[in-house]
Amino acid sequence: MDLLTLHHLTKTFGGLTAVKDVSFTVEKGAVVGLIGPNGAGKTTVFNLITGQYPFDQGEITFADVRLNGLRTHRIITLGIARTFQNIRLFQKLTALENVLAGRHYRMQSGILSAMLGLPAQRREEQEAMERALEELAFVGLDQQALTMARNLAYGDQRRLEIARALATEPRLLILDEPAGGMNEQETGALIGLIGRIQQRGVTILLIEHDMRLVMRACEKLIVLEYGGKIAEGPPDQVRRDPKVIEAYLGAEDEP
Amino acid sequence: MRDPLKPLAMALMAIVLAIAPLFLNAYYVDVLNSIGLYALLALGLNLILGEAGLFNMGHAAFYAMGAYTAAVLNTRYQIPILWTLPLSGLAAGLFALAVARPVVHLRGDYLLIVTIGVGEIVRIALVNDVFGITGGANGIFGISRPTVFGFVIRQPQHFYYLIWGFVALTIFLFYRLKKSRFGRALNYLREDEVAAEGSGVNTAYYKLAVFGLGAAWAGMAGTLFAAKMTIISPESFSFWESVVLFMIVILGGAGNMAGVLLAAFLVIGLPELFREFSSARMLVFGLVMMIMMIVRPQGLLPARGR
Repeated sequence: MDLLTLHHLTKTFGGLTAVKDVSFTVEKGAVVGLIGPNGAGKTTVFNLITGQYPFDQGEITFADVRLNGLRTHRIITLGIARTFQNIRLFQKLTALENVLAGRHYRMQSGILSAMLGLPAQRREEQEAMERALEELAFVGLDQQALTMARNLAYGDQRRLEIARALATEPRLLILDEPAGGMNEQETGALIGLIGRIQQRGVTILLIEHDMRLVMRACEKLIVLEYGGKIAEGPPDQVRRDPKVIEAYLGAEDEP
Repeated sequence: MRDPLKPLAMALMAIVLAIAPLFLNAYYVDVLNSIGLYALLALGLNLILGEAGLFNMGHAAFYAMGAYTAAVLNTRYQIPILWTLPLSGLAAGLFALAVARPVVHLRGDYLLIVTIGVGEIVRIALVNDVFGITGGANGIFGISRPTVFGFVIRQPQHFYYLIWGFVALTIFLFYRLKKSRFGRALNYLREDEVAAEGSGVNTAYYKLAVFGLGAAWAGMAGTLFAAKMTIISPESFSFWESVVLFMIVILGGAGNMAGVLLAAFLVIGLPELFREFSSARMLVFGLVMMIMMIVRPQGLLPARGR
């Protein structure tokens, strides 16, 4: 079953066509990679999916719901969560508070119930706290729950962002260069984490430049160049595609 | 919170404040009353500016809305002044929602300029006697004294307990709010709006809500002000008031209520204490502000250590 479908998506910024007639699907339960050279429009595609800005033409459907024109927070509540290429954590808040952001829309209480400290509000806070701690433990950051986000190591910040996204209980997780800036060992651990997220039944769509990660973790790749799709298929097939080699991979004999 | 001295210091502060009027003359009690009113206003502004990071330099407009709502309801419709408290809060809150709706998406300095404009428009509208009910530059007089269970509040000592009781209640409620889903949402907004929206927080809603709430508190402070003065006029709600409140929040340490209270004491209390030095005190005041911003830009008591 297709969870996410992009249908002839086009986005222009002034005279520049950032995304040109792109169509692809993400099957439920899969790990799909979106790759391509710098400036190919990968992050723009992510931003269109999550409604950061509107697109000019086309259609995006997620679990049979049309996402066109929906605001970002609405799209998140439908079951899509994301991380950012340049890590966007709440720097001066603790790791726990960061993950609680993901629990936000799963909670209900407002101004009055908080001021009055109603039992339902307290229970909800307690549950959110426990759930957030679980997500921190899932990515291996439970010991740093009370550390301010900006004081975490770089790799930990990346994992914290994933924990925050997972706290929304997404059906689709969108990761923008999750291995960016990570060393070999950290990347290895990340591949393991991606596998465990997939086991939870979460579908994953990711942008990544690290070819080892892409080849090992993804079942399907979509290749963009100059805003247009030039190839799609399983990693082995894409790796041998002459158009992809010419556009992006360069050397044929990459590991 | 782990500092064991902190609750002790706070309890001590509360006791000192509770018995202060017994040892002070009427003048100093009145100074404390002013500090209390500014503390109330600053605590409300702290939600908007300190917790949510929205630059609002027009807070006096909401203060005025509340004071005038209370005054009009009391002098024209003989509604007891303290009964108008929720109504003034509501009026100021709704007014804030109406003016914030089209501008609240503006960032930082742009929002600041718009809110300055709102503050000036309100003041000038009051001077020009809008709808023929604000009394123009003379304002409204003859506001009745507040009564609590038949007891008429008229002396500064009585107002002291009314105002500071409300401050204490505010601190209690806002502390709970800060530790809640709503309070956290404001912090997410301040730290990174894109990430907040991307985590499922309806940022547009929270920006409006916090403006409404902060303004409602200013409106209620306005009622207390009207009750205390019995006369209100537009000059009490000048641009300078907004600037002073902005200063209290930033100087105290945006997002920290203890810091905001401390700054209210310093900014409002110190110039009163040094009144005999007349104009020199403002010079010193300005210098202290400059030095503070250079040496300690995070405020006297920043929200988080480091």
